[in-house]
Amino acid sequence: MAISIHIKNVMKKYDDNVVIKDLSVDIKNGELFTLLGPSGCGKTTLLRMIAGFNSIEHGTIAFDDTVINKIPVHKRSFGMVFQNYAIFPNMTVYRNIEYGLKNKHLSKEEIRQRVEEIMEIVQITQYQDRYPDKLSGGQQQRVALARAIAVRPQVLLMDEPLSNLDAKLRLEMREAIHEIQKKIGITTVYVTHDQEEALAISDRIAIMNKGDIQQIETPERIYSRPYNTFVADFIGHSNSLKGRVDRAEGDQVFITVEGQLPIRVEHVKDGKEGQEILVYVRPEEFVINQAGQGIVGTVKVKQFLGKYVNYIVDAGTDNLIEVSSDTNSAERIYGPGEEIYLTVNEKRINLFDKDTGITQMEGVESHVL
Amino acid sequence: MSSKRNLLSGYRFDFWSVVTVISMVFFGMFLVIPVGRMFIYAFQSESASGFTLDNFVKFFSREYYRNALFNSIKVVVCATVLVILIGVPLAYITTTFQIRFKRLIDILVVISMLSPPFIGAYSWILMFGRSGTFTVFLKKYLGLKVPSVYGFTGILLVFILKLFPYIYMYTKGALKKVDASLGEAAESLGYYGVRKILTVSLPLVAPTILAGGTIVFLRAFADYGTPRLIGEGYSTLPVIIYTEWISENGSNAFFASAVALIMMGVAALVFSLQKYISNRKNYTMSMLNPPKPKKLHGAANILAHGYVYLITLLASLPQIYIIVISFRNTKGIMWAEGYGIGNYLTVFDKARSSITNTFKFGIIAILIVVVLGTLFAYLTVRKKNIFSSILDVLIMFPYVIPGTIFGLILLMSYNAGPIVLSGTMAIIIVSYVIRRMPYTVRSSSAILRQISPSIEEASQSLGYSSMPTFFHVTMPLMTPGIVSGAILSWITIINELSSTLMLYTSRTATMSVAIFQEINRGGYGTAAALSTILTVTMVVSLLLFFKLTGSEDIDL
Repeated sequence: MAISIHIKNVMKKYDDNVVIKDLSVDIKNGELFTLLGPSGCGKTTLLRMIAGFNSIEHGTIAFDDTVINKIPVHKRSFGMVFQNYAIFPNMTVYRNIEYGLKNKHLSKEEIRQRVEEIMEIVQITQYQDRYPDKLSGGQQQRVALARAIAVRPQVLLMDEPLSNLDAKLRLEMREAIHEIQKKIGITTVYVTHDQEEALAISDRIAIMNKGDIQQIETPERIYSRPYNTFVADFIGHSNSLKGRVDRAEGDQVFITVEGQLPIRVEHVKDGKEGQEILVYVRPEEFVINQAGQGIVGTVKVKQFLGKYVNYIVDAGTDNLIEVSSDTNSAERIYGPGEEIYLTVNEKRINLFDKDTGITQMEGVESHVL
Repeated sequence: MSSKRNLLSGYRFDFWSVVTVISMVFFGMFLVIPVGRMFIYAFQSESASGFTLDNFVKFFSREYYRNALFNSIKVVVCATVLVILIGVPLAYITTTFQIRFKRLIDILVVISMLSPPFIGAYSWILMFGRSGTFTVFLKKYLGLKVPSVYGFTGILLVFILKLFPYIYMYTKGALKKVDASLGEAAESLGYYGVRKILTVSLPLVAPTILAGGTIVFLRAFADYGTPRLIGEGYSTLPVIIYTEWISENGSNAFFASAVALIMMGVAALVFSLQKYISNRKNYTMSMLNPPKPKKLHGAANILAHGYVYLITLLASLPQIYIIVISFRNTKGIMWAEGYGIGNYLTVFDKARSSITNTFKFGIIAILIVVVLGTLFAYLTVRKKNIFSSILDVLIMFPYVIPGTIFGLILLMSYNAGPIVLSGTMAIIIVSYVIRRMPYTVRSSSAILRQISPSIEEASQSLGYSSMPTFFHVTMPLMTPGIVSGAILSWITIINELSSTLMLYTSRTATMSVAIFQEINRGGYGTAAALSTILTVTMVVSLLLFFKLTGSEDIDL
């Protein structure tokens, strides 16, 4: 039942405003593929092109081998969950789910069976006779999901489905969507601007910016090995430090960070002696050095968060440095005004070309078609 | 790839393409052609061949016509200003303070708003005219001389009492949408009483008052019946057009067209001025804290109630008086002693066809206007393309065409040639449909804008194409709004006089026409009986409206 989606050289312009520029993606059979990016990056536009609500003037989109450019929306065989759910307010829960099935030339008995089965899966059987205005946000979300998958579409499209829920429900529904998607094994394209949501739910993530894909990778790889500084900045938080390559030996480089901290990084490509390089360090990749070695700075702010302690450190760098220290392994907790020495976890940090902002770590690709 | 193919590649011929074609044909036939013909006629004359400005020269060179233009503008501007001065405080009082019997007041106000102005004029003549009941009574027993209700004063009086409800309803609707916190914020900053009203409440509802004022202006400007009955020599433009068209020494379609064009010019100017101003001043407010009417005490309470009751009484007096005298016995065209249902028997005997016509035309027109209006609203809101933009403009056009003129140009276009409609009921229904279209489309669009497009997209994603999606999902969601809009349209249609007067024949006369004729030939008793039947129909329709919508208010 599940199919793959092939997006090839797709472009979208509104007048002279390019929303999507020459973009190609292959979405695999049965995976949960997320389009993640800041608002206005073109992710929803792309999703609506797959659905057919936006026309495709350039390039092609295919479900398996069938190009769908010219197929009208109602014949494309996809289910969609909308940001505002778009549940028909004039129909009960049952009738909402039944609506798509009634169009499918099925027997009454079969329709009933399938509605009941799907209500069971998303756990809304008890609400079947209610009207949408008598449902909570999370319940409406479940109805929307049930309605979309009841017709057994080839593809499931989800447009920021959790953005209207409160934080607690969002977590709960995130799990539910993930679980249901795996259970029925449907190819899913998921749009969100929430990176945590994307990391938690996706098989693969495409990071988009200004109509272009920056990187396609699994959540773990996206976080640990971002392709460029945009991805590194967008996913999680990174401190950007200045480094200078002292020596390059094979795939090893020796760098002095901020003129104070010598480090050795492995698996680096194209490192040249004398090169200015960007050293990206996530807050948790700092190590607080008790021996008085490394980058020296003054603690400006201390935030104690239980599991972690966060420090904002002024080390004379361009931006203040954010450091996160695990309470469990911390020797001691520093207060504002105290001096602090920082080294880094050399295996985790990332190096970027100063001019292009592209990674210099080996084996990190933007995306493989 | 050629640019042309590019342009059309996203376009599919579907249900909405058919609707677009229908809309273009419909408005083309019944709006563009008649208006176009009026434009052409306005620049022709019997004496000169080809293109000429004769008609305009004639209009502006003769004092008689210039006066009519001046008269029209004078009485309409005065009416609009006074109506605002009366209606806005009324709206403020009823939304800010608790008023007893507010529901009844609202119903009475709506009835006086929706009933035709000429019936009001006729009632005022019966009460305070030269031999009016009250005039005679006051003279006989108190020796008082009642000031004349004819001419400028009379028209103004009728206009004010018939049209203040528009301002009242519009302003009330807007005031109800002003978040109470705004007033509280003003008070916390030291503004209270009149200063608070002038600095916060009034500016926020000003665009609405302006829109209401424009409606009042256009209504008064277009009204034919009132100046015709109570004007007595104070002639206005609609009267001129009618008499030029009907004149005994051969009707002058060319000159009538020119006058019509001048009128439409004035109306269009006022309309666009309002649009221009309100586009620049438009507020969006978040509504968390709806205003709640407060209870007043002492003198202020008495004053507030007194004001509201006085205005309501004055507005409904003509209606009430007509109902009372409809039961007075008559002998020929003279009043006779005693009360009974004689007038009604006469009506059912002689004017029954006018009643059935009113219902027949009204129901057919409503069905057409609702179906087309809903579909057209959908086109203009959801399907943005060059045709729907044209449609958007065409739909609003009838706003500025006075009824008399519309009847006239429709008649001119279809009384000869390949399609002859004059004298049929079709032409009357067409005029109702076109004239009512802007209101229906506007209210349907308002509902449609509140329905998220993703609801329709959801239906499409579930395998339904555009037509079933519309009928399964969109239409049911719009229905409550459509029904309430239809009832209001129905009430306006059964009261329609000005265009029907141009289009009717003896077989297609409606109730309002019959009333107008009866008044003219002195059949006051039958006129009153017919008016009462019309009022009762209206009240029943209004009650139905309240019942069906479950609302306490009418949104115009």
